[in-house]
Amino acid sequence: MRVSLNWLREFVDLPESAETLRPILDDLGLVVEEVCHTGGGLEQVVVARVEEIRPIQGADRIRLVTVEAGEGPVEIVCGAMNFDVGAHVPLAPVGSVLPGGVVIAERTMRGVTSHGMLCSARELGLGDGQDGLMVLDSYVNPVPGESLSEVLRVGPDAIFDISVEGNRPDAWSIEGVARDLAARLGRPRRTPVVATSPSTTKTSNYAQAGIDDSKLCGRFTVTALRHVTVGPSPPWVVERLTRAGVRPISNVVDASNLVMLELGQPTHPYDADLVAGRSLRARRARPGELLTTLDGVERTLAVKGRGLGDTGEDCVIVDGDDVVVGLAGIMGGASSEISPTTTDVLLEAAYFDPMAIARSSKRHGLRSEASHRFERGVDPNLALRAAARFVAVLTESSPDLEWLSDPLDVWGYVPEPSTIELRDGDVERLLGVEVPLDDATSLLSALGFVVTGSGTALVVTAPTNRPDVRSSAAGRADVIEEIARLYGYSRLPRRTPSWPNAGGLTARQRLRRRLRDVVVDGGALEVWTPSLGGDDDFERVNPSVERVRVTNPFSLDESVLRATLLTGMVRAWVKNYDRGVGDVVLAEFGVVFYHPNTTSQPRITKGGLRGSLSLALPRENERATVLFGRREDDARVAVATWHRVASRLGLADVVVRTSADALPGLHPTRSAVLEDRSSGAVLGYVGEVDPSLVGALEGPSHRRLGILDLDVDALCDPSRATRRSGKVRDPSRFPSAIFDLAFVVPEVVNAQDLAYSLGRSHEYVESVVLFDSFRSSSLATDSRGLAYAIRLSSAVGTLNDDDVVAARSSLIEAAATLGAVLR
Amino acid sequence: MADRSLENLDEETRKLLDAIAASETLEALRDAEPSLVGKRSVLAAWQKSLGAMEPEARREAGTRLQESRRRVQSALEDRRQSLAKEDRDRVLLADRLDLGDVVVRDVRAALGAGHPSLVAVTQRELEDVFVAMGFTVAEGPEVETDWFNFEALNIPPAHPSRGLWDTFYVDLGEPETVVLRTHTSPTQIHLMEEAVASDSLPIHSVMPGRCYRRDSPDARHLATFHQIEGLVVDESMTFADLAGVIESFTRSYFGSGVTSRLRPGYFPFTEPSAEFEVTCTLCRGAGCRTCSHTGWIELGGCGMLDQAVLEAVGIDGERWSGFAFGFGIDRCAQMRHELTDMRALVENDVRFLEQFS
Repeated sequence: MRVSLNWLREFVDLPESAETLRPILDDLGLVVEEVCHTGGGLEQVVVARVEEIRPIQGADRIRLVTVEAGEGPVEIVCGAMNFDVGAHVPLAPVGSVLPGGVVIAERTMRGVTSHGMLCSARELGLGDGQDGLMVLDSYVNPVPGESLSEVLRVGPDAIFDISVEGNRPDAWSIEGVARDLAARLGRPRRTPVVATSPSTTKTSNYAQAGIDDSKLCGRFTVTALRHVTVGPSPPWVVERLTRAGVRPISNVVDASNLVMLELGQPTHPYDADLVAGRSLRARRARPGELLTTLDGVERTLAVKGRGLGDTGEDCVIVDGDDVVVGLAGIMGGASSEISPTTTDVLLEAAYFDPMAIARSSKRHGLRSEASHRFERGVDPNLALRAAARFVAVLTESSPDLEWLSDPLDVWGYVPEPSTIELRDGDVERLLGVEVPLDDATSLLSALGFVVTGSGTALVVTAPTNRPDVRSSAAGRADVIEEIARLYGYSRLPRRTPSWPNAGGLTARQRLRRRLRDVVVDGGALEVWTPSLGGDDDFERVNPSVERVRVTNPFSLDESVLRATLLTGMVRAWVKNYDRGVGDVVLAEFGVVFYHPNTTSQPRITKGGLRGSLSLALPRENERATVLFGRREDDARVAVATWHRVASRLGLADVVVRTSADALPGLHPTRSAVLEDRSSGAVLGYVGEVDPSLVGALEGPSHRRLGILDLDVDALCDPSRATRRSGKVRDPSRFPSAIFDLAFVVPEVVNAQDLAYSLGRSHEYVESVVLFDSFRSSSLATDSRGLAYAIRLSSAVGTLNDDDVVAARSSLIEAAATLGAVLR
Repeated sequence: MADRSLENLDEETRKLLDAIAASETLEALRDAEPSLVGKRSVLAAWQKSLGAMEPEARREAGTRLQESRRRVQSALEDRRQSLAKEDRDRVLLADRLDLGDVVVRDVRAALGAGHPSLVAVTQRELEDVFVAMGFTVAEGPEVETDWFNFEALNIPPAHPSRGLWDTFYVDLGEPETVVLRTHTSPTQIHLMEEAVASDSLPIHSVMPGRCYRRDSPDARHLATFHQIEGLVVDESMTFADLAGVIESFTRSYFGSGVTSRLRPGYFPFTEPSAEFEVTCTLCRGAGCRTCSHTGWIELGGCGMLDQAVLEAVGIDGERWSGFAFGFGIDRCAQMRHELTDMRALVENDVRFLEQFS
């Protein structure tokens, strides 16, 4: 909200500069985003009376004008034609600087010297009138030589851009901001002039008003004005609106906008002659009713919307023929708009149910200054004061208007202001500091709260402009927040609490840290790729799999929640490869999402209104994925890295097992699953990225990209990822027997399975380590050679030859059961 | 003159299809293509002869010819694809590697320094500060229902304050009822509901995590970002305790020259609410462009838990009170490392990533 300092000063004495006021406003919770100084450049501009107008020889577009500006005649060359002798116009004398920064100097045209410039409204930054000079006689009684800014009541100003919080509907106006400042600074507050003398004709003899739905509309007032002259607003109104960022339209519309900015009450003017029966009623829209709003859009009303609990109710204003003429509190209809020929005006000032306005506004995608205020809650008692202020403002530019007496005023349901009991100690219990109840009383009273009782308990009733203040315990906190706000947050004490419970990380968090450390220590750079991707990318890895979509994405490329980190990481790598920095290992830790229909373990949680339904949500799976993109990297490097990770995480035994099925996104013949030997659970995948995926993502498909894709959820689950026993195994104190065994092993037998069998074949086996694998045409078909280094030892003594021979034959026997033959 | 009768067309078509099936390699198929469907093919010759036919016969022959051409073309394409697949499979098979056979000690990889991401580094530092202050660390899901993300946090449906969070909706359940969490606050609700169910209050936790807002990315905002949220539910917690925790954290994380201040704010889930600011880390409070010459940088929001939130999760507000605070992890990183454009965090440029440890 743009708030003019000059305007604030009409409500409360503020000799302080904008810079001094800024931190005060901040501390009141009226956060100033920006201060902008405006309206300078009029200091030297004065009123001049036109004394004489003469043609200039050889020129028909310019004339020589002699003016009187209090210090004798001045000759000016002027191109405007819209004035005569006797007119009062603005003069920028030589040496003055206009708002746009233009410096006025003496200029000679056609041999005639101009000693200054006569100005248009646009040149002065006072409007966009293009039709010649700003002629002042229609607004004011100017005196030559007088300062223009004084005559027009415009001048230098500071504009605060204040962000008003959602719980402060009362502050959404000049008067509201002034109220906070006056309360904080302990200064009296003035109220703006309102019209006080209506005509003798009663409004009810001329117009009608009513409420058909008292829940949607809590108060509906109609003020009638006759013999109105529609025209431009006085400069001060134009200036106020312009500085607040509102475009001036006509004196009637401008007065309505001005009152809204000033007091916070939106009002709506209708051309009375275009309202059937001069009757306005508020009612619930019927499904399918149509309305063309002022923005020219035809809208279908009372259609159930998206979102929880939206039944589609719209509150509308209808005329005497029951035809809809406006969407209540949001935007008027085009049919009864104020036009230059309007003479009679009906002004609506109302109170509507905030939630109903919020729903309608959201559903119709229509937000206006009025709807913003109504949906946060307008003071229901403000309507008639706002209407009287409207009349006072409009009378300045339409002095002959007739204001009918006793405006129509119909009431529906309006929530009662909350009353809260504030006991001794309540403030301290919440704020940690004792604010004496007497002090609390005076702080609250300054904001219009009615405080009764004393001693150990106060009874506090919120003013009608504070609908945010709730009842009971919640309301108590609301009231205490107001006390704290005026008392000053900066004065509140601080205390560092302590509690007996120790802080710390969970086992999962510790494991994740260890995993990140070991991956990073292996040379990986951690990346952050998008959680939202496109359908194409999803399809490339998980063709035809149901996916989780976002219904309102920025673009289709960011509309699907990822089910793998792979595509994002390959894309990130390809980008770096194209930059010439692809010789790297990348890693990412992140969540992927499986559609509830595609997983046996969707997340079942509370959904629906009030959390009353049970809803299946996607399974979220945290993964740690490492992409090996260095020149020499391949599946082998990924496997070696995995063994390092597994060892560091203390995993007992995980088999790198070739899968019969192709793994999504992985190389069809150079990838494997990581299978926990004792639980059988899959802990991840290892191998290379499918070269066709690299090609599809515009990368070099000839380059091998190693990949290690770990399921962090599985790694953190001890029932799936089996840990080594925590018990220490003492190394034997006796010498070990060390020898190699080479086998010819059928391709279908996994080398680690064989090592596992060998390891359990005899009690003396200390370790079995694969040290060679080889393929040769001399071997049996579908077989390869595997060579293991075997260590035997005993905890009780040195092994003799017989022991070693016995163990060796056990080893060979165990291998034979898997079809492996000693070479 | 060749026989142009329709029976003969069928016969010729069969021959063409046989020839396609007999091509054993992609090269052979490519070599045969002109004679199958090219300008010198039988089908082309047939096409030329149509001109000499009677209109009625021409129409019938034309239709048949088209059909033959379509069959030959599609057989050709099928064959091409299956040969290509065979080629590919051959290459893949030749490339086959049983990863169980990898001899780990033979694998040589370059020794290079790796680097965690700036967000991860920052999150760990923040967690460590809070853990030392006695907090545990909790995590929650990224897809949430309206209840956890909004309603239980005292933000009822259609409430105007929802405008504070530009929300991505997920296509599950009724429209606009499942969201990508817009803040880490829903994790508070999970924690409190679980603590009530297991009768394990108090709670002293921080909750880091990824959040989403439908907001165009710029130098200071990303549509995906990270927050850390703190929650304390205990007996006799006050606003003074909240302010004290914020101050301890500020000094511990940013260093002793940096302090914090609170000013009134609004969040539906806390009352009283506050924005918290810390001394501008660039100018150390002297005032500079980054802090709009105020000497302060806004970091996050905080407040005392609103009664409506306690009520929603079933906590007795007479016995328990508490506070919550939250701020952006990425924002902290940006402040601390003078990151000019937040978007660098998702660019993943190696030259950017190499800098953090």
